Amino acid sequence: MSERRLPPVTQVGMLSLSLIVAAVIYLSAHLPHHVSLGPAVALLVASALLLFGIVVALARAPGFAWGRFLEVGKWALLAYTVIAAMIEYVFLRNNTSGGPLVVLTLSLIVFALTVPVLIAFTVARYDEPA
Amino acid sequence: MASATVSTPGVAAAAGAPPAIRPLDFQIVPRRGLPIVAFVLVVVVVAIAVNDVWPLMFLHVVAGATWTVIDLFLGFVLGPIIGSMSVPARAEFTSRLMPKMVLIMPTAVTVTLAAGWQLSTNLGTNQVGYALHGWVVASFIVVGVMSVIALGLLEPANIAVLTEMKKPRPNPEVIERLMKRFIYTAGATGLMQVATFVIMTKLATG
Repeated sequence: MSERRLPPVTQVGMLSLSLIVAAVIYLSAHLPHHVSLGPAVALLVASALLLFGIVVALARAPGFAWGRFLEVGKWALLAYTVIAAMIEYVFLRNNTSGGPLVVLTLSLIVFALTVPVLIAFTVARYDEPA
Repeated sequence: MASATVSTPGVAAAAGAPPAIRPLDFQIVPRRGLPIVAFVLVVVVVAIAVNDVWPLMFLHVVAGATWTVIDLFLGFVLGPIIGSMSVPARAEFTSRLMPKMVLIMPTAVTVTLAAGWQLSTNLGTNQVGYALHGWVVASFIVVGVMSVIALGLLEPANIAVLTEMKKPRPNPEVIERLMKRFIYTAGATGLMQVATFVIMTKLATG
């Protein structure tokens, strides 16, 4: 099998995705009323840090197929940007504004980055580096 | 299009090793389907902008039913069938089914969520004061868990197995491992769709 020893991107990415989904659920469950942003911000920051950690760990992994990762990742990013934009549009349409909108937008950005990373990693881990 | 050319199980390179698979000719993302996806998304944007109950209800129910039925069918009917197929047969079947799923599932999920949120805002069912708000939040949680499984495990396995099958020399072990992951996660999301049925029928009947 062409699989190499790589950091646990899928597991950590799943955790990052879980945290960001939890942040969006927390905000959605309280909108349009006033909502304390603390828990959502904490979840967002933790999720973003995990995503950053994944990318750093991958950058240090020898023999990773970056070519394939970027090839798949760019198309997945395009697709999930469209999906995130649709969700953002619904919140904007319903006059979400201020702090909740900022946190929601950032959460959707992290979401739109995490999923392509997971897809691209799963494809690239079985590929030979260029 | 899939002009599948797979070897028969008897072509296994070595005893005990998964049978060899010849590369298959297909598009991972069927380009012919992209205009349809774009059209559906435009319809959703318009429906949300118009904010009329009927088109929102139509889109939410149709897309939600599509999502639910495909998950259940894939998890409990097709999944076990695929699992019992030989690797080459599984590869051929997968090369025809999965590219369609790459387009259908994200579109169905996006339409369900976007139209559903707008619908619940219109009807006031996502308000904290709504009598069944707890059930609405429960639906968020069920969808959230399904999304994490689908986006974190199922979708990557789907794309990876299709990419592997297009290689000049596909690795049957990789395909088998990814297909197993796909079938198990499809089963898990199928199981969670039963919870969606419970919640949605409760919300519909009050």
